[in-house]
Amino acid sequence: MAKVRGAIEVDKEKCKGCGVCVTACPTHVIQLAKQVNGKGYNYAHMENPEACIGCANCALVCPDSVIAVYKVKV
Amino acid sequence: MGELKLMKGNEAIAEAAIHCGCDGYFGYPITPQSEIMETLMVEKPWETTGMVVLQAESEVASINMLYGGAACGKKVMTSSSSPGISLMLEGISYLAGAELPCLLVNVVRGGPGLGTIQPSQADYYQTTKGGGHGDYQLIALAPASVQEMYDFVDLGFELAFKYRNPAIILSDGVIGQMMEKVIVSDVKPRWTDAEIQKISGSWATTGKTKDRARHIATSLDLEAEKQEIHNHKLQAKYREIENKEVRFEEFQTKDAEYLLVAYGSSARICQKAVEICRSKGIKAGLLRPITVWPYPTKRVAELAHQVKGMLSVEMSAGQMVTDVRLAVSGKVPVSHFGRYGGVIPSPGEVVVALEKFINGGN
Amino acid sequence: MSEIQIQDIIKKENFVYGKTKILTDNVMHYCPGCSHGVTHKLVAEVIEELDIQEKTIGVSPVGCSVLAYNYIDIDWQQAAHGRAPALATATKRLMPDHYVFTYQGDGDLASIGAAEILHACNRGENITVIFVNNAIYGMTGGQMAPTTLIGMPTATSPYGRQAALHGYPLKITELIAQLPGVAYVTRQSVHTPAAVRKAKKAIKKGFENQARKIGTSFIEIVSTCSSGWKISPVESNRWMEEHMFKFYPLGDLKDAEKDNEEDYRKFIE
Repeated sequence: MAKVRGAIEVDKEKCKGCGVCVTACPTHVIQLAKQVNGKGYNYAHMENPEACIGCANCALVCPDSVIAVYKVKV
Repeated sequence: MGELKLMKGNEAIAEAAIHCGCDGYFGYPITPQSEIMETLMVEKPWETTGMVVLQAESEVASINMLYGGAACGKKVMTSSSSPGISLMLEGISYLAGAELPCLLVNVVRGGPGLGTIQPSQADYYQTTKGGGHGDYQLIALAPASVQEMYDFVDLGFELAFKYRNPAIILSDGVIGQMMEKVIVSDVKPRWTDAEIQKISGSWATTGKTKDRARHIATSLDLEAEKQEIHNHKLQAKYREIENKEVRFEEFQTKDAEYLLVAYGSSARICQKAVEICRSKGIKAGLLRPITVWPYPTKRVAELAHQVKGMLSVEMSAGQMVTDVRLAVSGKVPVSHFGRYGGVIPSPGEVVVALEKFINGGN
Repeated sequence: MSEIQIQDIIKKENFVYGKTKILTDNVMHYCPGCSHGVTHKLVAEVIEELDIQEKTIGVSPVGCSVLAYNYIDIDWQQAAHGRAPALATATKRLMPDHYVFTYQGDGDLASIGAAEILHACNRGENITVIFVNNAIYGMTGGQMAPTTLIGMPTATSPYGRQAALHGYPLKITELIAQLPGVAYVTRQSVHTPAAVRKAKKAIKKGFENQARKIGTSFIEIVSTCSSGWKISPVESNRWMEEHMFKFYPLGDLKDAEKDNEEDYRKFIE
């Protein structure tokens, strides 16, 4: 059975760490990083990248359009 | 050559708008200027020149429709009378701040407040000294005849686009309502977007094409330093207008010993007063500012070296007289005579006032 | 499990979704989690999909979204507080083949600009209105808006809005839906992926309606203001679902296409 793998790329300097994407992710891929960006925000990142299915839900709800979504069939 | 027509001052404004290729009129009824929109609605220019005419829900909406239309680089205008112009002042300040060309017409009535529907000239300060907030100026033309009501529409648009600044026709209920002969000009076609660009550059919000950055019609800059730079630019423009666009007319000033200064319908009354004075042996003359901003300060100052005194005649409690005093700078006595609250002075009253002034009274 | 590496997935050919090029690269000044950001993105995506960048004029309000012109790469007019519909009216009438929209908050649209929006809609101006309702004045620091819910604390209703003192929250969208000039009125939100997809469809329809010249399209986005509400962005979304949606229920209020509006218009004529 074909499996889908996804990944996201976060423009972490523009991320404001609102966490809306964390809630929107159906497979619990995203967490806010312990580190902060230049503005002091805990930016979003893939804590659990293997679970990403590339559904783009995170990017859809992202107010700052800082998430790019990629997807492949494996 | 144009046709000769008999019309009211207000009708002349409407006819001129259609003939000069105006793109849009947005207004709200108020006496004594409602004939402007009424005439446009009868003429239906949207069927001939394509001009848009719309009755707005308020003066506040009219002036902001003007902002939208002017931002598109279109020749747009509104008209109102004193209380209506007061309502528009916020929008006028925005238009000036965003450097949008447009034409306003104020057919002034007596105030303050709801005042009266009779003619007045008590909006001089409002027109020339700001009115709205911030440091801005309107190019202000003061017609004294129905022909000038007609001609100043085209001239007002020309100046507005030349300087990307709102222009205003400062009229009053006398000129708005009276009927005179007018030479009507031929119909000029409305400008195309390309023609507007040629006249005043590429700035209008006509849709962002690939070859240019987006155009933004705004008066906002949250950074104080940038807002100051913007204000410097506005002030430089205002100085240029003051240097180049002063317009005035003189009547029997060559040998005048006493000068009447009056604009608009008061100037017509003063012209007769000068004649009466001359017949009585008083060497009176008249200076009529055609632009009340920029003001003919230089000419008034020159005449201060020639005459023994100046009397500013206005249908107000004395507003323009402050500009006369500033120009004269104490060289000769300056006084004011006015009837106001909607009352029009007679030439005889002006003569009596001048005689009193000459004899050291008032 | 990890036979494929992340860098093998993050490749141009595998790209499925990201920032539209109609959005500029400017960092938005909005607070973290603000609904404005999503709404801006949806407007930009619709402009891209309809390929109307060269024909679209936006009118920004006074309020948090006053600087919308920094983010969506089209020509803009910045209006005085509440007057955006007046600007849009003239712009559309003078350039009828352009797409013209206003982007307004609840203070701008439902309070100071109530007259302009009602009359523009009543004239059936062929424009699209994007109405972001977060029940508060965000820009000026969280004061009470006409849309503030009963009991909701704000800077100017610190003990909660009371009807006797402050009057009632205004359902302006329901008022707008009564007007014959209006073709499409809908209330959406952008807090979940599903809501975002629906809101985008609504915005797209609002723009497409301009080409069909059938009257005003009015799209309310029930929104959050975590700074004004003084709770986290995620908490704000929950609070909105619990409280805002009760008073401002989501869904279409009017759709001329479906409601056989033509018959109605003939009747009133």
